Amino acid sequence: MSGFSALFYKELLRFWKVVVQTVVAPVVTALLYLLIFSHVLEAHVEVYPGVSYTSFLVPGLVMMSMLQNAFSNSSSSLIQSKMQGNIVFVLLPPLSYLEFFLAYLGAAILRGLIVGLGVWAVTLWYAPFQLPHPVWLLAYALLACAIMAAVGIVAGIWAEKYDQLAAFQNFLILPLTFLSGVFYSIHSLPPFWQAVSRVNPVFYLIDGFRYAFVGQSDTDPGLGLLVAGACFVAISALTLMLLKSGYKLRH
Amino acid sequence: MSQATPAIHVDDLRKRFRTTQALDGVSLDILPGEFFGLLGPNGAGKTTLISILAGLTRADAGQATIMGHDVVRDYRQARRALGVVPQELVYDPFFNVRETLRIQSGYFGLKHNDGWIDEIMHHLDLAQHADKNTQSLSGGMKRRLLVAQALVHKPPVIVLDEPTAGVDVDLRRSLWEFISRLNREGHTILLTTHYLEEAEALCGRIAMLKSGRVVACDTTRNLLQLTNEHCAQLRLDRDDVPVAWQDRLLRDAEGSWRINFSEYLELETLLADLRVTGVRVTEMHLQEPDLEDVFTDIMKRT
Repeated sequence: MSGFSALFYKELLRFWKVVVQTVVAPVVTALLYLLIFSHVLEAHVEVYPGVSYTSFLVPGLVMMSMLQNAFSNSSSSLIQSKMQGNIVFVLLPPLSYLEFFLAYLGAAILRGLIVGLGVWAVTLWYAPFQLPHPVWLLAYALLACAIMAAVGIVAGIWAEKYDQLAAFQNFLILPLTFLSGVFYSIHSLPPFWQAVSRVNPVFYLIDGFRYAFVGQSDTDPGLGLLVAGACFVAISALTLMLLKSGYKLRH
Repeated sequence: MSQATPAIHVDDLRKRFRTTQALDGVSLDILPGEFFGLLGPNGAGKTTLISILAGLTRADAGQATIMGHDVVRDYRQARRALGVVPQELVYDPFFNVRETLRIQSGYFGLKHNDGWIDEIMHHLDLAQHADKNTQSLSGGMKRRLLVAQALVHKPPVIVLDEPTAGVDVDLRRSLWEFISRLNREGHTILLTTHYLEEAEALCGRIAMLKSGRVVACDTTRNLLQLTNEHCAQLRLDRDDVPVAWQDRLLRDAEGSWRINFSEYLELETLLADLRVTGVRVTEMHLQEPDLEDVFTDIMKRT
């Protein structure tokens, strides 16, 4: 697995060299969301009894940032390498498709977790520290980043131009994360949109992750973990299949 | 067996891209230690062939091996034995020269490779640029970095796809010195180039591709003998050439006479006739046929 460690290291070094863009910026963005929404809604909305709106919002923002950054890491690395042509540097060596998958996945997960930790750290000034279920937090954080990292690999391989990737991000990833209960509980939605939310896997990720922080959720966190696990298995299988066939990488 | 195992073996390789048949049954054997040239016009299939050897493209049919390892089934060993300098001037702008070479070594499972990395940087004049970001390198330096990247794992077989396109004379010369040295040390070299004089000077054997087929494959010396069109350029002290030669002697704009001949005997006869007529030769240049003549000839005939 030594080829894997080199590719993993290269992927980490890649985002670490532009840490302002890849870690600091998303933390600042999340903080802005927190300031604006909690300022507007703190006094008016109490989603769960005994939980302030800011405390409700923080886990959603942490999860949203993790999802977007895990996706962004693998997808932008791949599209940049393809556009630049330097993807040949990883295609010429004797790396297996499994090593390729695990390296891009691992680095994207780590970026997601670092950004998540950063968002959480800055929100501690605004919401008191509480973590009744740390094991759930870890399980949800890892699975969520892994799912989005794999989706990012698929998107990065599939996209042939930057605007195709941007379309993927703006018309799929962004709506899925925004319309998943980051800012509200789905119980406040009309029945139709509630039903729609329940088929959005990101909803389960945010809901279960929030359970780890506030001890309350819209659905059973165990069910959510099952959904997340199934999603990860499915998307990983698809990614591995594409990589094995050389889809859009080896012609 | 070891003696018979070719460095590169290609058997009836076929590849089609939508409407074009890029390779139409190419077979080649390149022996260990050879300096082999692959020539052909644009679109002849050279890069497709190299891409298949490197595992970047998958053949529709046929087989390719590197040092006896199948490039698909046995891809790990095949790729470990192969170093490829790609045609495009690619680089990863996130890293500096040393990082690029360390990471590339890592991909081949080499952890402590700094000694060899320093050596290749030294030979390719990259040492003083080791800490420069690849983005800030000149075109020539980027090309040298690509060569260095292809060599990090000391591959026995090195493929260079148009390595001197757009490269200045000094760099071209130092690059060829280095590659020739590697060849003398036992590395097999496969080279594609548009500079036919380079191929003629460096390659022991040459294959010519046209429309995805091998149209010629022989030693450079044998190929050069395919064309026996010599040319002599003469300056004479008077203009009245013998009548018998008036059809064959061509006057150029500078007042010299040119004659094409295939046997030296013809030239001898001309000189004798000139002496009889009393015309003196004041200057004479002989032009031997070169690879370009052969190449043009073969491409026309096939």
